[in-house]
Amino acid sequence: MAVLVLADHDGSAVTQPTRSAVAAASKLGDVTVLVLGPRAAADSAAKVAGVAKVLHTEDALYANGLAEPLAALLVSMAPEYSHLLAPASAAGKNVMPRVAALLDVQVISDIAGVVDADTFVRPIYAGNALATVKSADPKKVITVRAASFDPAAAEGGNAAVEAAPKGEDPGLSNFLGAEIAKSERPELTAAKVVVSGGRAMGSAENFHIIESVADKLGAAVGASRAAVDAGYAPNDHQVGQTGKIVAPDLYIAVGISGAIQHLAGMKDSKVIVAINKDEEAPIFSVADYGLVGDLFKVMPEFESELAKK
Amino acid sequence: MKLLVPVKRVVDYNVKVRVKADHTGVETANVKMSMNPFDEIAVEEAVRLKEKGAATEIIAVSAGPTACQEQIRTALAMGADRGILIEHDGVLEPLAVAKLLKAVIAKESPDLVILGKQAIDDDMNATGQMLAALLGWPQGTYASKVEPADGGIKVTREVDGGLERLQLKLPAIVTTDLRLNEPRYASLPNIMKARKKPIETLKPADLGVDVSPRLTVLKVEEPPKRQAGKKVGSVQELVDKLRNEAKVI
Repeated sequence: MAVLVLADHDGSAVTQPTRSAVAAASKLGDVTVLVLGPRAAADSAAKVAGVAKVLHTEDALYANGLAEPLAALLVSMAPEYSHLLAPASAAGKNVMPRVAALLDVQVISDIAGVVDADTFVRPIYAGNALATVKSADPKKVITVRAASFDPAAAEGGNAAVEAAPKGEDPGLSNFLGAEIAKSERPELTAAKVVVSGGRAMGSAENFHIIESVADKLGAAVGASRAAVDAGYAPNDHQVGQTGKIVAPDLYIAVGISGAIQHLAGMKDSKVIVAINKDEEAPIFSVADYGLVGDLFKVMPEFESELAKK
Repeated sequence: MKLLVPVKRVVDYNVKVRVKADHTGVETANVKMSMNPFDEIAVEEAVRLKEKGAATEIIAVSAGPTACQEQIRTALAMGADRGILIEHDGVLEPLAVAKLLKAVIAKESPDLVILGKQAIDDDMNATGQMLAALLGWPQGTYASKVEPADGGIKVTREVDGGLERLQLKLPAIVTTDLRLNEPRYASLPNIMKARKKPIETLKPADLGVDVSPRLTVLKVEEPPKRQAGKKVGSVQELVDKLRNEAKVI
């Protein structure tokens, strides 16, 4: 069986969630990766372990990831594949359901496990239950939860890069512009360590306490919904059911109570640390290490302790 | 501009759901049900567009058991003009709901459909995109801003690295993100008035839609429980544990 993976990339390389999707796809058949963008990104996909073929185009029609032309392209390619996968990123979640409906199949969102070619595990109810579902559709259209699959190695593959087919432009939408936050820190969904702040941070200025500890640890910075709503942190930092799903080696929750919706985004982390002054906070029920204390005292101390070797 | 707003009846977001002992699903009997939070945001946005004079009529539609009337009434109390209930007992997957909505749209001809980005029960995040596909309409998903502009609509979307802006031709589909607005509470007089607003009831068969599920749920399980953790007494102890016991820093 041939499996198509739609890649996310940063302009020069495919993302770690894309490599997780390749890992999931490898359990299903021969993996072809579709890269829309610069040649360098296609070359990086060709090196990913387990990739058999890369299809590449730099056509301006796909430059901004508009769902309408992209879905049309994927549907035109679909006859050759039994499974079409994408990482469950904003881009993947935007286009794959559209592809599924055009093929008259039910999309299988955010899979956390592959049982066999028709059967998948996916979290429901904010990750409070895991459903095993068997699809009766002739073709499977799937998005992959990156945190649930170890990414395929970035090196070791040697796939051929071929030209992707040319699709139609439905002409329904136009891209006007984007404001993408620039950050020196690792990407939230790919980071090995994440330090997140909640409402108790009190202000956007106070978030530097989190950032400074994050930089000591080479960590990404996250936030709870409360912190984002209060304007302490930008929206794309939100970890949770409606934000990003992360599963780093170490997740440090600072001043976060631990609502169901936040836990949905981080409870698969290997080690969870909670720093909170309320010892009754639900976050302590999932934390491996909990420290009850005032974050404004604890965090500077934590930082200076990290500086000691 | 005529607006259609689909709303879903789901287990209230504050309820800690329990997996049934026989692993067939989660316990939904005697559990508080509410309108899906993202759908409240969709209703609010529709009502604001009407208040701004950009919209003329708002139709709230829900598919599911008879009890979904409660969620339609909530939408009517928030400011929707009339309701449509597509009555069906049993599972409705996003593809089936999209097909039902397409059939309703064929009758009602709205210019804009505003849905929530995902329902907090199945967490699928698919119905809006699937509906847009079936209709051949453009989609503006994860919207944090919606403005009628240049004969179409301008949508600001929340994407992984930040925000992006699209211009969509009408008719179009928009799905709401949390940041779009703060939904209002229905006032008591408006709740009373909503009782008089009409709700039409249809069946999937009236709309000629086959709603049989494509996915069979083989089992539903609790996620693995985390080992109970420990409280540490000091920052020094915490850093020591992270370095020498957990070995994560």
